[in-house]
Amino acid sequence: MIRHLFLILCYQLAGEAISQGLGLPLPGPVLGMALLTASFLAMPRLYTRIEGTARGVLAHLSLLFVPVGVGVIRYLDLLQREGLAIALVLLASTALAIAAAALVFVWVLRLTGGQEQLR
Amino acid sequence: MIPDIWSYLSHGPLLWLGLTLGAYLVGDAIFTATGRNPLANPVLLAIGILAAVLLTTGTDYDTYFEGAQFVHFLLGPATVCLAVPLYANIAHVRRTALPMAAALLAGALVAMVSALGLARLFGLDGAVLTALTAKSVTAPVAIGIAERIGGPPTLTAALVLITGVTGGIIVTPLLNALRVRDWRARGFAAGVAAHGIGTARALQVHQTAGAFAGIGMALNAMLTSLLAPWVLALFR
Repeated sequence: MIRHLFLILCYQLAGEAISQGLGLPLPGPVLGMALLTASFLAMPRLYTRIEGTARGVLAHLSLLFVPVGVGVIRYLDLLQREGLAIALVLLASTALAIAAAALVFVWVLRLTGGQEQLR
Repeated sequence: MIPDIWSYLSHGPLLWLGLTLGAYLVGDAIFTATGRNPLANPVLLAIGILAAVLLTTGTDYDTYFEGAQFVHFLLGPATVCLAVPLYANIAHVRRTALPMAAALLAGALVAMVSALGLARLFGLDGAVLTALTAKSVTAPVAIGIAERIGGPPTLTAALVLITGVTGGIIVTPLLNALRVRDWRARGFAAGVAAHGIGTARALQVHQTAGAFAGIGMALNAMLTSLLAPWVLALFR
């Protein structure tokens, strides 16, 4: 368990170091995720070792957003003034993004001769 | 006596760390009790409870964060752990690589460009504009992106959560209306546009949709990290 956490932190550290060092737009942990995925592809045994610990961390992923989310109390004035406009933007933009991704997926699937999966 | 204990505890991390876990458990219990209704999102409930506690006790956010930072720190390692569901579904990625790549690019660009374009239309700017850029990305990564592009992480987190809850509610009726019936396309779109909350919703509806949603979320985390600074520069 500690060994797995150590390894996960090492990937995050490597990601942070490379991202800072090269001035990349990717946040360190995202680069760490990409590096870990690449390592799984090269060494499938690593995956079977870490999987349990990683799924344990991910099981309560949503708890981890709470502290930063509470920071919204700093923006109560802003939300009072612009809350309606922000809500409309989020609703419209989320609907457009879902529609775009789903329609393009189906369209390219047909274009490349893929079968639709309806069940 | 009680005021003394309160002033002692409210200035240390223990109380706020404990309350963060407690509020999340209450939120989760309500979510379960409503049959996992997407409107009763446990994170939003927990944030509401904690915000009410802080406002009624006159505690400032920095004091609260002293305790809550221990939970917050785990966001980085959790992001690295997203490699596990991504690798678990790598066979899917290989089989539908082209439709996925095209849908990812379309979804990520439409999410950012439509949010920023509409925000400008409604006269929003400054911090809100920056915070909106990463709104479709899973919270830990969105917070990282916000820090990179100079947006307020707390406002970003709130917008990310509201986006996820919105996506979770509208995805099924919207895609039914558009007659998209392929489960992979439906799930992938939910993950790209509405990250973890959309993925949780997709998993409730269909196993395959859930797997594709998880891939969509992970890939969009990477793509939006790369594109966000460029897209934001177009609107600033």
